[in-house]
Amino acid sequence: MTTLHNMSVAELAHALQTKQVSAVEVATAFLARAGGNPHNTFLDIDSEVTLAQAQASDVRIAAGTAGALEGVPIAHKDVFVTRDFATTAGSKILSGYRSPFDATVVHKLGGAGMVTLGKLNCDEFAMGSANENSAYGAVTNPWNTTRIPGGSSGGSAAAVAARLTPAATGTDTGGSIRQPASFCGITGIKPTYGRASRYGMIAYASSLDQAGPMARSAEDCALLLSAMCGPDVDRDATSLDVPAENFSAKLGDSLAGLRIGIPKEFFGDGLATDVRTAIDAALKTLEAQGAKLVPITLPRTELAIPVYYIIAPAEASSNLSRFDGVKFGHRAKDYTDLVSMYKKTRAEGFGEEVKRRIMTGAYVLSHGYYDAYYLQAQKIRRMIADDFQRAFAECDVIAGPVAPTVAWKLGNNASDPLADYLADIFTLPASLAGLPGMSMPVGFGENHLPVGMQLIGNYLQEARLLNVAHQYQLNTDFHNAKPEGV
Amino acid sequence: MSLTPQDISRIANLARLELQPEEQARMLSKINDFFGIVEQIRAVDTTGVVPMAHPVDAMPGSQIELRLRPDVASEPNQRDLNQRSAPAVERGLFLVPKVIE
Repeated sequence: MTTLHNMSVAELAHALQTKQVSAVEVATAFLARAGGNPHNTFLDIDSEVTLAQAQASDVRIAAGTAGALEGVPIAHKDVFVTRDFATTAGSKILSGYRSPFDATVVHKLGGAGMVTLGKLNCDEFAMGSANENSAYGAVTNPWNTTRIPGGSSGGSAAAVAARLTPAATGTDTGGSIRQPASFCGITGIKPTYGRASRYGMIAYASSLDQAGPMARSAEDCALLLSAMCGPDVDRDATSLDVPAENFSAKLGDSLAGLRIGIPKEFFGDGLATDVRTAIDAALKTLEAQGAKLVPITLPRTELAIPVYYIIAPAEASSNLSRFDGVKFGHRAKDYTDLVSMYKKTRAEGFGEEVKRRIMTGAYVLSHGYYDAYYLQAQKIRRMIADDFQRAFAECDVIAGPVAPTVAWKLGNNASDPLADYLADIFTLPASLAGLPGMSMPVGFGENHLPVGMQLIGNYLQEARLLNVAHQYQLNTDFHNAKPEGV
Repeated sequence: MSLTPQDISRIANLARLELQPEEQARMLSKINDFFGIVEQIRAVDTTGVVPMAHPVDAMPGSQIELRLRPDVASEPNQRDLNQRSAPAVERGLFLVPKVIE
């Protein structure tokens, strides 16, 4: 048997069900790897809780009542609330917070038998593209520790890449699953908006936030996504009332005749040569597997940046008003009255980027600016969604880079947040439209840093995306590549 | 269009954020950097386009509907658990500074 930490979710599930290894043995092995907190990935670990869950898994396996992913470890991005672990969303304002309940996604994965290893570092309230906005310190990229892992699900991506967990949850508002997956050389998928319940996912931008799995392969992501999704109509008003789906069912389909749309706006001057070389090679592989490349256009790609950075902060300014020092988390020590308590509490509790987005959001929603900015952004959002529907008349899936470059150096954009915003250009359009999108590793760029290819599907076409990625991964080995020393 | 220091003070008050003077200056400069790329959206002709508030609204054949559920208690009473992370609680109530003299 392969070393436990090198096994995939599918392999671990099989080994556990056939009793080649116990859930306690698996949990113990992964807890040992997380010791010393490599890359600053974990924000909370509690081995007693993890081992108790693993023991319960072993009991169910012995009793023949095991779930589909019984005993397989997973770690959760710290924006999912958990009853048995602290939840901070990477923010000081939630330091020490204990939720009275588990997020639906956490609950569903637990229901499939998965054992929680702990909570993973992320940008504060999922606002960031480099994981440098966490109040608990930056995460380093396992491929090169002078580089960022991407964000906001940077802890999730780094933990999977460093084999500290076989799987992690992430959330994607403007690219926060796809971009770190790309930068860390792993596979991640953001499903159609509304597929996975947002109940218990600390809200950043409610019309964009969506949960998804991050693992090493499309096969693993399909297993995880099948367990995560499904209607939650009583608890999430935006949950799609669409039956849960077996996303593994179509993995084996042939790519013959598949029409892959290539948006010309994703291959312009801004795309780094090393990334372009890796993407072009992957497209050739897909062509060799029977796919046809079709030129398409997504003419408002560049507009997605200002549109997203108006809409998301507007929603954030409203969502984050709940952090006021009354019901949970931090409260300032010195204040004169209620308003001063609010202002000082929020000033002390929020980091700089979160404050900036709250301020931007409050501004674009304020009297006199609402029509010019917020409403105008919502109108262009519709035009962007319509552009995709026109494109999908010509193709079945869309492919291109996840990001214009490979992972940049830690601290590189510290004084220039706008540079991080601009780097989100290729992930934002699908987010605004609410379409499913994923990243799969397709090679390496400068300094042997991973490059991810983005696949975008029409609404509810996750199975198709996973099928394309799986077929590619059957013919390539980039998803099995490991950082040095792992 | 550029924001002024007065705009920053006004929004900080609306957003209930106390900003130190140097923080105000940095906020002004970074937000103005961002508004440098925002101006391009004002040039887009959006005549007749219906604003899209939600992705479900863009899914073909789908429409946003407000779902209703029966008006019955669906969650158990977890007052103690809900209050265990509160900064100040007394006799099951959240404490705040005096509001009415």
